[in-house]
Amino acid sequence: MSQQGYVATPPYSQSQPGIGLSPPHYGHYGDPSHALSPPGVMKSAGPLGAAAPGAMLPPGPPPSGPHQFGQNGAHASGHPPQSEPGSVALRWAGGLSRTGSSQPGTAPPGQGPPGPPLPSTFQSPPRPAQPSALQPGPQLLPPPPTTLNGPGAPALPPAYRQDGLLGPASTQFQPPPPPGQGPGAGYPPQQAGSGPQMAGPQLSYPGGFPGGPAQMAGPPPPQKKLDPDSIPSPIQVIESDRATRGGQVYTTNTRGQVPPLVTTDCMIQDQGNASPRYIRCTTYCFPCTADMAKQSQIPLAAVIKPFATIPSDETPLFLVNHGENGPVRCNRCKAYMCPFMQFIDGGRRFQCGFCSCVSDVPPFYFQHLDHIGRRLDHYEKPELSLGSYEYVATLDYCRKNKPPNPPAFIFMIDVSYSNVKNGLVKLICEELKTVLEKLPKEEQEETSAVRVGFITYNKVLHFFNVKSNLAQPQMMVVTDVGEVFVPLLDGFLVSYQESQSVIHNLLDQIPEMFADSNENETVFAPVIQAGMEALKAADCPGKLFIFHSSLPTAEAPGKLKNRDDKKLVNTDKEKMLFQPQTHVYDALAKDCVAHGCSVTLFLFPSQHADVASLGLVPLLTGGTLYKYSNFQMHLDSQQFLNDLRNDIEKKIGFDAIMRVRTSTGFRATDFFGGIVMNNTTDVEMAAVDCDKAVTVEFKHDDKLSEDSGALIQCAVLYTTLGGQRRLRIHNLGLSCSSQLGDLYKSCETDALVNFFAKSAFKAVLHQPLKVIREILVSQTAHMLACYRKNCASPSAASQLILPDSMKVLPVYMNCLLKNCVLLSRPETPTDERAFQRQLVLTMGVADSQLFFYPQLLPIHTLDVKSSAPPAAVRCSESRLSEEGIFLLADGLSMFLWLGVSSPPELIQGIFNVPSLAHVNTDTTLLPELGSPHSRRLRRAMSAVQHRSPYAMKLTIVKQREPPEAGFRQLLVEDKGPQGGASYVDFLCCVHKEICQLLN
Amino acid sequence: MATYLEFIQQNEERDGVRFSWNVWPSSRLEATRMVVPLACLLTPLKERPDLPPVQYEPVLCSRPTCKAVLNPLCQVDYRAKLWACNFCFQRNQFPPAYAGISEVNQPAELMPQFSTIEYMIQRGAQSPLIFLYVVDTCLEEDDLQALKESLQMSLSLLPPDALVGLITFGRMVQVHELSCEGISKSYVFRGTKDLTAKQIQDMLGLTKPAMPMQQARPPQPQENPFVSSRFLQPIHKIDMNLTDLLGELQRDPWPVTQGKRPLRSTGVALSIAVGLLEGTFPNTGARIMLFTGGPPTQGPGMVVGDELKIPIRSWHDIEKDNARFMKKATKHYEMLANRTATNGHCIDIYACALDQTGLLEMKCCANLTGGHMVMGDSFNTSLFKQTFQRIFSKDFNGDFRMAFGATLEVKTSRELKIAGAIGPCVSLNVKGPCVSENELGVSGTSQWKICGLDSTSTLGIYFEVVNQHNAPIPQGGRGAIQFVTQYQHSSTQRRIRVTTIARNWADAQSQLRHIEAAFDQEAAAVLMARLGVFRAESEEGPDVLRWLDRQLIRLCQKFGQYDKEDPTSFRLSDSFSLYPQFMFHLRRSPFLQVFNNSPDESSYYRHHFARQDLTQSLIMIQPILYSYSFQGPPEPVLLDSSSILADRILLMDTFFQIVIYLGETIAQWRKAGYQDMPEYKNFKHLLQAPLDDAQEILQARFPMPRYINTEHGGSQARFLLSKVNPSQTHNNLYAWGQETGAPILTDDVSLQVFMDHLKKLAVSNAC
Repeated sequence: MSQQGYVATPPYSQSQPGIGLSPPHYGHYGDPSHALSPPGVMKSAGPLGAAAPGAMLPPGPPPSGPHQFGQNGAHASGHPPQSEPGSVALRWAGGLSRTGSSQPGTAPPGQGPPGPPLPSTFQSPPRPAQPSALQPGPQLLPPPPTTLNGPGAPALPPAYRQDGLLGPASTQFQPPPPPGQGPGAGYPPQQAGSGPQMAGPQLSYPGGFPGGPAQMAGPPPPQKKLDPDSIPSPIQVIESDRATRGGQVYTTNTRGQVPPLVTTDCMIQDQGNASPRYIRCTTYCFPCTADMAKQSQIPLAAVIKPFATIPSDETPLFLVNHGENGPVRCNRCKAYMCPFMQFIDGGRRFQCGFCSCVSDVPPFYFQHLDHIGRRLDHYEKPELSLGSYEYVATLDYCRKNKPPNPPAFIFMIDVSYSNVKNGLVKLICEELKTVLEKLPKEEQEETSAVRVGFITYNKVLHFFNVKSNLAQPQMMVVTDVGEVFVPLLDGFLVSYQESQSVIHNLLDQIPEMFADSNENETVFAPVIQAGMEALKAADCPGKLFIFHSSLPTAEAPGKLKNRDDKKLVNTDKEKMLFQPQTHVYDALAKDCVAHGCSVTLFLFPSQHADVASLGLVPLLTGGTLYKYSNFQMHLDSQQFLNDLRNDIEKKIGFDAIMRVRTSTGFRATDFFGGIVMNNTTDVEMAAVDCDKAVTVEFKHDDKLSEDSGALIQCAVLYTTLGGQRRLRIHNLGLSCSSQLGDLYKSCETDALVNFFAKSAFKAVLHQPLKVIREILVSQTAHMLACYRKNCASPSAASQLILPDSMKVLPVYMNCLLKNCVLLSRPETPTDERAFQRQLVLTMGVADSQLFFYPQLLPIHTLDVKSSAPPAAVRCSESRLSEEGIFLLADGLSMFLWLGVSSPPELIQGIFNVPSLAHVNTDTTLLPELGSPHSRRLRRAMSAVQHRSPYAMKLTIVKQREPPEAGFRQLLVEDKGPQGGASYVDFLCCVHKEICQLLN
Repeated sequence: MATYLEFIQQNEERDGVRFSWNVWPSSRLEATRMVVPLACLLTPLKERPDLPPVQYEPVLCSRPTCKAVLNPLCQVDYRAKLWACNFCFQRNQFPPAYAGISEVNQPAELMPQFSTIEYMIQRGAQSPLIFLYVVDTCLEEDDLQALKESLQMSLSLLPPDALVGLITFGRMVQVHELSCEGISKSYVFRGTKDLTAKQIQDMLGLTKPAMPMQQARPPQPQENPFVSSRFLQPIHKIDMNLTDLLGELQRDPWPVTQGKRPLRSTGVALSIAVGLLEGTFPNTGARIMLFTGGPPTQGPGMVVGDELKIPIRSWHDIEKDNARFMKKATKHYEMLANRTATNGHCIDIYACALDQTGLLEMKCCANLTGGHMVMGDSFNTSLFKQTFQRIFSKDFNGDFRMAFGATLEVKTSRELKIAGAIGPCVSLNVKGPCVSENELGVSGTSQWKICGLDSTSTLGIYFEVVNQHNAPIPQGGRGAIQFVTQYQHSSTQRRIRVTTIARNWADAQSQLRHIEAAFDQEAAAVLMARLGVFRAESEEGPDVLRWLDRQLIRLCQKFGQYDKEDPTSFRLSDSFSLYPQFMFHLRRSPFLQVFNNSPDESSYYRHHFARQDLTQSLIMIQPILYSYSFQGPPEPVLLDSSSILADRILLMDTFFQIVIYLGETIAQWRKAGYQDMPEYKNFKHLLQAPLDDAQEILQARFPMPRYINTEHGGSQARFLLSKVNPSQTHNNLYAWGQETGAPILTDDVSLQVFMDHLKKLAVSNAC
């Protein structure tokens, strides 16, 4: 545990208080030219956002990198893994990290026009064989005084090791500022008086600096030359977790153990705690006191995906049926019987693990205890031995004390001109014929109990009577969109099997019927209203599938104006862009939830459609919004059809109420997701499917004890596809500790990012983006600083030390900050931002991980013989090669990038064309060839696709062709083409923050 | 001239007019002393097989305020080719087409026998007839089936180019689009929301955006009545479609829980029907035919709530001001009726249910628009089926017995003014010099609109003599009245029927005998009854009766011959002799008595009373009773309990009911089965005779009466017993000591008592 674990850097951080304003700061750069600059210029140049990260780079002598690396390696191998607290220390090698020393003539920003060097010189930088700028290494702390890890706990991964020491750092070089660019161009005046504290500007994240585009495009610090290979790599973390824990059995028998990463495939065995597929926490060890929590600023949260899909080789949930008696519950807190209940008094009573109340065991449930106080039937009853299980609910749990009816799906097709014209209506109708065959059903059932109904609409609504005994369907037009109602009861919702011929007849006729329609206006809120009223009339829960195309401008409730006002971007009013235009949709969504009506929207906008308003109902009702901008039949139909099929077949629960109970000392305080809450505890969801997650934040209201830990029980009352009322219970025990180190050790970055993303995206509605970005950066810094201060061994302040569990937090946080929602760029369509915002709010941990850090797969290195998936590479341009072909996916879209010098045999193998020039990029499908390359690529693609609930549209891009921009945007470690700091820059920024905090 | 009776009959046959007085008192003062106003019953479209319409247009008086039609009463100067208007004395040039006119070459309208003449207008686009069915689906299965069959049948009776439309309603209102292939399409409306005409037209997509603006600019308005409407299609095109559609019509699918009435949106359905026609075919002959099987229970126009435990309003409730929906509903339907009338459409109501259906509230729809009102127990009865079929009956020319969008204009010579009209009409509010300030019935106008009428539709028109006493009319002067009825014939032609009549003036002081002799007591009774019924709609029943009594007493005082204070000396001349009896029965009739009748029944009876011709009206006031016996051929007998004899069969026709009543003995014989024995064939014939006669009445009557075949002691005998004059009651039975007749268990006064009182009052000085 020597100090060699850290890389000492010159104490540049001492100058932090003055950073950005004080000319002396620049002195540390050691750039001779700076002295020549007039101080005034320096002063104004200082706070430039873009310059900030660069300015933080400390000068200093190069460390003896190789030596340290050796040391690290030795330490890593020399210590048992579980004693590794797992921190990563990064060290700035200031002298090497800036080009100033190796590239004479490069001026620091703000120094006016640079000298002779041309931008091009930086494009092809030299690659000096330098020691790594950042030295990663295990931070070896003494073993914690108490280890909460049980004996069966898997070994913690060995400390992060970085072997790519000599990566091409020079790709980070940017051209110096153009001569005309004044240093103070985007300088916000209010910052001038900030004085030495400079908290505001300092906190501001480089990419999102509110100064505006001028600074975005402004001169990046040419000094930065941190070796990207030396900073923590997400790929590395993922791969190492996969290597150590992948393919193994993970048993949930221990409280507070940290599960494998979401990216790691392993088999999960429920032994008393809910599988991480259902619940993941930001930390598996809660701090004992609120003070500790406050000190660390680590959010305590759980991401609950109550209906998560379970691989077929894992046991599905057991169903407990107590008949008329119903579930056994604690008398006081009403927690359901679970492994946390302690049986006492010879088995006649039990003590609740959550509220400690002692309740009588109902007679029908009595069982004797064995010698260790466990019921004899402990292993026979799922609710006593498992973390997750289901109860059959009694009538008390049903609406109006009546058993629910099976749910219904209503398909609502926009038949306005544009949808008819581009063939969508026909496509949908054709597809429905086949997809209706696959309506979801309960495993044991032969046919689906789900009934279906059909509505078409433009500015009026057409209901269809498809009763099985009709010779032809009947259409009923409701024109009273102001106060929409259901014109028929019998024959609207029918069993597909019974009415198949009438339904097919109808689906054949719909495209014809509206072929001559020239109605351009549509309504939207009345459509949802109609669907909801129909479900209400049929007294069943259900789901609306709405296929909609345009901004609803027809005179009706929920009518929207086109308000896509780019002028609001980067102002305090920017939040308006994310808020719905009217309250109609909010009220409608609540109404829908109250009646168990979930809305899934397939949106095909050709221009601004106000997703912020339209998407609100799908969001709040547990539905999904699928968006296909500028839908083109030949490019987008596949993606749409896949989405439609998936969505219809999804496992889903309806009319759900979720309640999260906790043991005493803490409680759930905040909920994020596709939910509606009418009080502080009941999470109401019109429907919840296998991809929807709810993130729950916990707060202390008392002390937690290390003995009893922190227990969470999530109960979801819902209606199954077959119309049965059930309770799904997930229990999870977390450990508690009064040691901050334990807390940091048990953190999970992916869940943290999920939480941060949801809380930030929720806050977007109410707070200026600038504030949110600042909070995110500062909280990141805070968490890390707290670790540094309290858990890491003392070291030089200039060192960046990251806890092992949060090694990749900065890169993920940067990705979050670079997301178009938080990045105020007028170029990004408002709809896209609103769409992504709503999307993320319901994401589970795995989805958010992929979304924020896309997967980049080198296809050209695929071993045609092996079936293993290709190893991903980091999302950075520097990882690309002209000879390579790369697959990039973020869960929403997929890119196949073809380097200019892609090997022709690969091109031939994949596209069946002789050369790159022949590759047709105007397609979203790869030819199905028998060649090994093609097969492997397609297998890799389907594996990637499997990770996302959304069908990804494949875009084929050739290097150096315009469509590449979309691809580059997903290279999240780089500086974004539309702004957003690179990973390295951000790390610098965070480091600076930390240093500031430590002082 | 023959007797007045012949004169009256002749006039009625030729002109369709019956006046209360056929010689007119020459001054205002005298006229008011006559008690019964100068008035007439006019049947504007009385069937005249002998009157083919002339193929040209009428010649009008050139004075803008007059515009009377050239008629036989005009003085013509054949040489100068001039004619003098007999109403305003304007001298008019004949139009060029009349150049060849001479004493021997007269146009028809100048010939005296053509006091009634019909002109056919050639110009103007002809628009097809429109039939819009508005069908209640909240019916029992049998009823709906029967109704569907009737409707399908009716399609074959309609003129092939007629436009038809279909609106069905229950909880919702559906407007069916009829021209759809492959899928049946309908527009659905919430049954609880009142919509304006504009909203309805918008929602049905009937408003053409911007188009009317462009059309308005060219000077001549585009005459295109065939505004394509998806909802109204020519029958020959969609015959099959509509038949299928009607066949597939289901009962209202919304569940009706126990103890509830089905939710029936009659008010909105009618409103939509009216709005639809208003937007597409204003001022074109159209019938909205409402078929309903129960009261409106929701939305505007609701008459009763859906809770079965709260019964629909009765007269008792109305008197107690306990009918909470009545005023609002009535207002709704009145608004609709007025709109419909403005557009020249008519609304028929076919209400078939055992309970009330809200006719009281809806009556104005039929009353103001000249539509039919039919009330039955079920659509599955011959009463409804036959009645409905009869709507589409044809006259001797093969034309439908229906006319549309008529306006009746009345012109009078100077001594007369028009006080008002009572009948299936609305005022057109045309004020003119001949409009009286004295108001009787629908008044304040000289023109009325009659949206739907047939050959028996009859209006009562009331006049006021305005000639002052001190401005005597020269001897031989005659008062003239011209009735000009413009209407759309069922063959879609526009036609104008002109009737010009004249009557002599007489000075009431010197020529009271003449006036008295020319009194038409039948017409007078009906006209007075119409006034009474008209009043009864707005006034309390007892007030109306008191008013009627006072009028009767005054009439008797004026025209009776008696010695003061000596009731036994009271005599009335022949021309007045029946009048008190009519009044006696009128007082007992359901038109003025609401006891034992539901508000719906009262409305129904009053509706028909206000539109039938004189003969039918008289039957309504005083039903006719025939007696069949072995003693001889059937004979009319007194409508009196004394006519109810054991060995007689009685046939009573009250217009609304045909009752066959077998006397006690007859009933016993029949029970014993004598009619089946060959030796008692004559008994069989006796039984059969009234049935045949009843059948004859049933065949001709519209609406078809309720047919009741009962016998002594039968429960249905009450229909007979309630009508006859209770000369024998339980009170006087033994006192009279008679064996004949059947005592009626009532406290009502008998005709004898009534007459005694009348005489006493007439001869007294008190009044």
